[in-house]
Amino acid sequence: MSESVPGPAPEVFAPHEAPVSPPQASEEVEFVQLLTPEGERVEHPDYKFDLDDETIKGFYRDMVLVRRIDTEATALQRQGELGLWASLLGQEAAQIGSGRALNDKDMVFPTYREHGVAFCQGVNPLNLLGLFRGVDQGAWDPKENNFHLYTIVIGAQTLHATGYAMGQQRDHAVGDADNGEATIAYFGDGASSQGDVNEAFIWASVFNAPVVFFCQNNQWAISEPIDRQTRIPLYQRAAGFGFPGVRVDGNDVLATYAVTQQALKRAREGSGPTLIEAYTYRMGAHTTSDDPTKYRLNEDLEHWKLKDPIERVHAYLSRHAAVDHDFFDEIEAEGDKIAAELRAGCLALPDPVLTDFFQNVYVEETPQLAEQRDQFVAYAASFEGEG
Amino acid sequence: MTKITLGKAINAGLRAAMEKDPKVLVMGEDIGKLGGVFRVTEGLQKDFGEDRVIDTPLAESGIIGTAVGLALRGYRPVCEIQFDGFVFPAYDQIINQVAKMHYRSMGKIRMPIVIRIPYGGGIGAVEHHSESPETLFAHVPGLKVISCGDPVDAYWMIQQAIESDDPIVFFEPKRRYHEKAELDESTPPSLPLHKAKVLREGTDATLLCYGPMVKTCLQAAEAAVEDGRNLEVVDLRTIAPFDLATIFASVRKTRRAVVVHEAPYSFGPGSEIAARLTEECFYHLEAPVLRVTGYDTPYPPSRMEDDYLPDLDRVLDGVDRVMGY
Repeated sequence: MSESVPGPAPEVFAPHEAPVSPPQASEEVEFVQLLTPEGERVEHPDYKFDLDDETIKGFYRDMVLVRRIDTEATALQRQGELGLWASLLGQEAAQIGSGRALNDKDMVFPTYREHGVAFCQGVNPLNLLGLFRGVDQGAWDPKENNFHLYTIVIGAQTLHATGYAMGQQRDHAVGDADNGEATIAYFGDGASSQGDVNEAFIWASVFNAPVVFFCQNNQWAISEPIDRQTRIPLYQRAAGFGFPGVRVDGNDVLATYAVTQQALKRAREGSGPTLIEAYTYRMGAHTTSDDPTKYRLNEDLEHWKLKDPIERVHAYLSRHAAVDHDFFDEIEAEGDKIAAELRAGCLALPDPVLTDFFQNVYVEETPQLAEQRDQFVAYAASFEGEG
Repeated sequence: MTKITLGKAINAGLRAAMEKDPKVLVMGEDIGKLGGVFRVTEGLQKDFGEDRVIDTPLAESGIIGTAVGLALRGYRPVCEIQFDGFVFPAYDQIINQVAKMHYRSMGKIRMPIVIRIPYGGGIGAVEHHSESPETLFAHVPGLKVISCGDPVDAYWMIQQAIESDDPIVFFEPKRRYHEKAELDESTPPSLPLHKAKVLREGTDATLLCYGPMVKTCLQAAEAAVEDGRNLEVVDLRTIAPFDLATIFASVRKTRRAVVVHEAPYSFGPGSEIAARLTEECFYHLEAPVLRVTGYDTPYPPSRMEDDYLPDLDRVLDGVDRVMGY
C-alpha cells in the first residue's frame, strides 16, 4: 500500500496492513503510544516525547481543569441553565496533547466539542457557554485566540481550515519548521463521511496546504458506530489522498502531543498535510440530549474507563515524578474555583436583546433590514409600561 | 471609448480589481489556462499567476469552503461557479457559512466573497445549464444578490462587488455575454452597487427586470410604442436588497407594474416585489402587479426554451393584461 502514496511521504507514516474488517472492541488496536494506561512510559521508534516532567504536570493540570469545566457545564445543562452541552469527557488527552503542540501563530478550526483546545488557546471558558445557553453564537474573537468559532455543520470547517492554510502559503508564512505557520482542523469519525472533509483532503493534497487534519475517532457519531463510517482504519484514508496518516492513542497525552507536533512541523516547513486519527472514546453522551444506553453496551464504557486519559498521567506522576498529594489537591481546588466562577458567570450572562441582532447581518446594512429593526423596536416599545 | 462585450467587460473589471488590490483572488474550475468555459477569466492567470488565479479541483463546496478560509485570512476571493445548476453542492457552505459568519461572530468576521454564476437560459444548453436560482440566494439573510444587464454595468458592478465587505452572489446573464456596448473606463460608475436604474422613462406602466431580461424589456418597450404605449423600464440591478425607493417612485408614477424574470413564477423575485408594492403603493396602483416569468416546471429541454422563457411577445401580453384593469 505504501507504494501507492505519491510524493516524499516519510517511511514512518507508511500505513499498516489494512484489515479486511473493522477492528472489534476486543481487538488490540495498533497506534502510537508513549504512556500506557497503567502510567508507564514506552518508547516508539518514530515519535519521542522529550520534554520534562514539569510539562507533563502542566498537561495533567490542563486535562483536570477542562474535565472540571466540562462537568460543570453538563451540570448547568441539567439544571436548565444551558439548552445543550456537548461533553468532551474522555477526549481530554487528544485535545490537550494536540492543543499544547500548537505555536502562537498556528490557527485552529474546531467542531463544537473542542473545549480543551479552546482552553489551550486561551479562550475564556465562559465564552464557550454562550452558544449553548442561547445568548450568542460564539463570543470569543477568533483572531485574538487563533481559534475559529465552533462549527456545528459537520465537517464544514475542514474546508475553512484548508483555505486558511492556502492563505498562509500565499502570505509566505510557510517553509520554516520553527517560525512557519500551520493550521489544524478538528473533526470526528462521523465527519469523515462528509463530502466537505473529503474535498478538504483533496484540496490540501493538491495544493500541499500546511494543514493538519486531527480526527478524534471517539467511536460514535451519536448512535452510529465507527463501522457505519468506514471499513478501514480512518488514518489509512490519507494514503488515497496522497499524504501521510497516523493513528495515535488518543487517550495518551504524550503521544498526541508528539504526533501532532511532528505533523505541525511538517506543515510549517512546507511538506503539506497530515491526517492524525486520535483513537479515543466518547465517555459521555453525544450531547446532553442523547441517551447512549439505547445503542451501546455498558461493558464498552467500563473497558474504556480503564484507559482514562487523566488516570494514567496521575499514575505516572505519582510513581515516577515524585509528585505528592498537594500537587493533585491544589489542581482539584483550582478546578473547583474555576467551576464556581464559570457557574456564576453563566448565571450572570445578560439576556440578549433582539434589537442588537439586526446589526451584524451585513457590514453595510440594507434599508429593508433597518426598516424591520425599527418596526421591531417600535413594536417592543408598545408593551413598555405593561405588566 | 471602446466597444466591449459583457463577458470581456467582466474580464476587464476583474483585472482592474486584481491590479488595485493584491488580496483579490480568482478561483474556480477551468478558469486558468482555458480562461473559463465562457472565457471570462481569459489571460488573468498568465498575468497574475497561479497563486491568484486558482484552477480548483472539481468540487463546488470545496471552492466556496476554501474561499471562506481564505477570506478569514484576509483575502477577497472571487469564486466562479461554472454554471447555475452546479452551484448546489456549494449551497451548504454559502447558506450556513458564508451568509452567517458576520452575524454569528457578532461582527468580528467579514466575508468579502463574490460568487460569480453565469445564469439563465437561451443558449440551447443541456439540462442544469440554463437555470435562474436567484431567489434561493436572495431569500437568505446575510447574502446580497445582484445581476448586471449590460457591459458597462458588468464592468463596474463586478468591481463594486469585490470591494463590498458583504458576500455577494453575482448573476451573470450568460446569453448576453456577447452583447456589446461602449465602455469608458475612465468615467466612474454612475450608481452605487445597490441602486436600480431607470433605463427608459415612460408613463403607462413600469417593466421591472434584471439580467438577461433587460434587453428583452427594452425591446418590448420600443415595440409598445406602436401600440401607443409609453413604458418605463427599470433595470433592478440588485435583487437582495431591492432598491425599493426607485421601484416605488416609478410605479407611483406609472401606476402599473409588470415584473419580468426567467426564474419560475411562484416565490420568485416578482412575488416579493408584488407584495412590497401592495404594501407601499396600494393607493397608487390601478392594477394588480403582474409577473411574466418562466413557468413552475424544471427548465425544459432546450428545443422548448423559447416557449418557456419570457420574450418580447409575452412581455407585451403582460402589458396588455396590466392595462386591461
